[in-house]
Amino acid sequence: MEKNDYLELFHQMILIRLVEEQATLLYQQGKIGGFLHLYIGQEAVSTGIISSRQPQDRVITAYRDHGVAINCGIPVNGVLAELLGKETGCSQGRGGSMHMADVSQNFWGGHAIVGAHLPIAAGLALGDRYKGRDSVTICMFGDGASNIGYFHEALNLSKVWNLSVLWVCENNHYGMGTSVERASAVSEIRQKAEGYLIPNSRVDGMDVMKVREAAQKAIEMVRTDKTPYFLEVETYRFRGHSMGDPERYRTSEEVKRWQNEEDPIGIYHKYLLDNQIASSEEIDEVEKSAEQEVQSALQFAESSPEPLAEDLYKNLYVEME
Amino acid sequence: MQRITMREAISQALWEEMERDPDVFIMGEEVGVWGGSYAVTRGFYDHFGSERVRDTPISEATIVGAAIGAALTGLRPVAELMTINFAFSAFEHIVNQAAKLHYMFAGQMVLPMVIRTVSGGGRQLAATHSQTPDVIFAHFPGLKVVAPGTPEDAKGLLKTSIRSNDPILFIESATLYQMRGEVPEGEILTPIGKSRVQRQGKDVTIVTYSKMLEISLKAADQLAQEGIEVEIVDLRTLRPLDMEPVIASFKKTNRAVIVEEGWRSYGVGAEVASRIYEEAFDYLDAPVQRVAQKEVPLPYNRTLEQLALPQVEDVIRAVKEVV
Repeated sequence: MEKNDYLELFHQMILIRLVEEQATLLYQQGKIGGFLHLYIGQEAVSTGIISSRQPQDRVITAYRDHGVAINCGIPVNGVLAELLGKETGCSQGRGGSMHMADVSQNFWGGHAIVGAHLPIAAGLALGDRYKGRDSVTICMFGDGASNIGYFHEALNLSKVWNLSVLWVCENNHYGMGTSVERASAVSEIRQKAEGYLIPNSRVDGMDVMKVREAAQKAIEMVRTDKTPYFLEVETYRFRGHSMGDPERYRTSEEVKRWQNEEDPIGIYHKYLLDNQIASSEEIDEVEKSAEQEVQSALQFAESSPEPLAEDLYKNLYVEME
Repeated sequence: MQRITMREAISQALWEEMERDPDVFIMGEEVGVWGGSYAVTRGFYDHFGSERVRDTPISEATIVGAAIGAALTGLRPVAELMTINFAFSAFEHIVNQAAKLHYMFAGQMVLPMVIRTVSGGGRQLAATHSQTPDVIFAHFPGLKVVAPGTPEDAKGLLKTSIRSNDPILFIESATLYQMRGEVPEGEILTPIGKSRVQRQGKDVTIVTYSKMLEISLKAADQLAQEGIEVEIVDLRTLRPLDMEPVIASFKKTNRAVIVEEGWRSYGVGAEVASRIYEEAFDYLDAPVQRVAQKEVPLPYNRTLEQLALPQVEDVIRAVKEVV
């Protein structure tokens, strides 16, 4: 890795953090409708995973998708404009927070029904297998998704057909307000992959370098051995499940401990300094440029046009009569 | 012209499209080695191989979900759900994924896929295996729902469906597979979303589709002997619904009976009758009649089952109500 590559990882993580903080403000101002699920605390997961992929590798994720969208290369313009429901949003204001995608970046969406995108991920990998492509499909989902049937059907199929899927479980300890221990028979979700004989491992998701190392190994294995792989990434969301979550299910001490001791951005910041990869001035520069990026994207989004009323039926079908 | 069964017509359509386009493949429970639980894909596995005729685990949600994923990569999957009763297990992926992705992601995602399934009662399979819930699926914009009533339409509509770039639920009737009919040799491509007049008449318009077309045609034959000339419009596609031939016929006859195999409440009859009232109220000479399944879970006992299903006599009675 070159110095710029290290700084780019920091750039992506801080950019996600700043976008999410901006989104919080926009939501409080009433400019974002619907649900808003923030990725704050989990930045190292998608940054580590997605920076390890090749361009031919597909990414598909759940509804907590802003970070993944940014890591996949959707400009902040497209993310903020989508949150504001604008025509210039990455889904032209039709999808909103939970449904961002950019097929040209091989990002196959944010999907809002828990677990429902896992069978679709298996199908993406099936398409690549059918055509003899060496792509890997990276499918990210939360711990809560491991309790729904789609998860089990999709894992089973991926093993039976040896599909090149990297299953990435972001275990952030809570499915909405229910802790993993209260919802899942096993608290290490990777144990569920054992039942399907899918090779698996578990990694600290607050350290982007550890996530990258695990992801690179896993992606390599999926590509060469033509097998699914299950990577569980232990992480923590610093904010509520969505906006307006009273957080009765966890203590503020617990949240504070994670924020103080496990902040992925703080950990990586320290890593860059300790290993003399970059100076704190250089890191500040990156942060400053990310701030500017968000401010300029905000202007872009706010000044973008609304979708046209006459386009209400646009894209209902490819072939309209 | 060849005179073949519905089963042969569907099989021919699949075979021809698979021969024509290597991106077309079949996946589902028992479609391969077994040859299809209704024998539609018998011989396919040996000819096209296991990559293109894919036996799946019993995982309906994932059969449809994986078909969606494969379609997103540009393939043209034909996913088979053994019966529409099992489609409930895949409901999420049919109505909440397949029907939504193209619109919700602003046209970025294209789903050239067909879900083939089998609907209808009358074979003493009892309540869980005998339903005709076609309209439930037709409720959702973004999905197209095709349900042919003749071998010719089955072949022509399936071939068009496979070539379409939209997700299509293709509903076959469990008790029509043995039905024979004239099917033109060679390429036939029947447009989706076009109703068709299947029998000309001047006295009453029957609007129907799928299995109930056969019942309605029988009723029309008997009514003809009594001097009542029935015109029959076969919807063929439930979404998008083509009302033009229905309204044109109704403006001629001023009387309508809608015949469907599923339950009456919130059904095809309710929809078509409303449209007739909305679009041709001034032409109405009698209240529109509906013939449908009695509102009970279908019983196993043969007598009770037949009592619950719409019969030729029910259609005749309804027609006589309006003339």
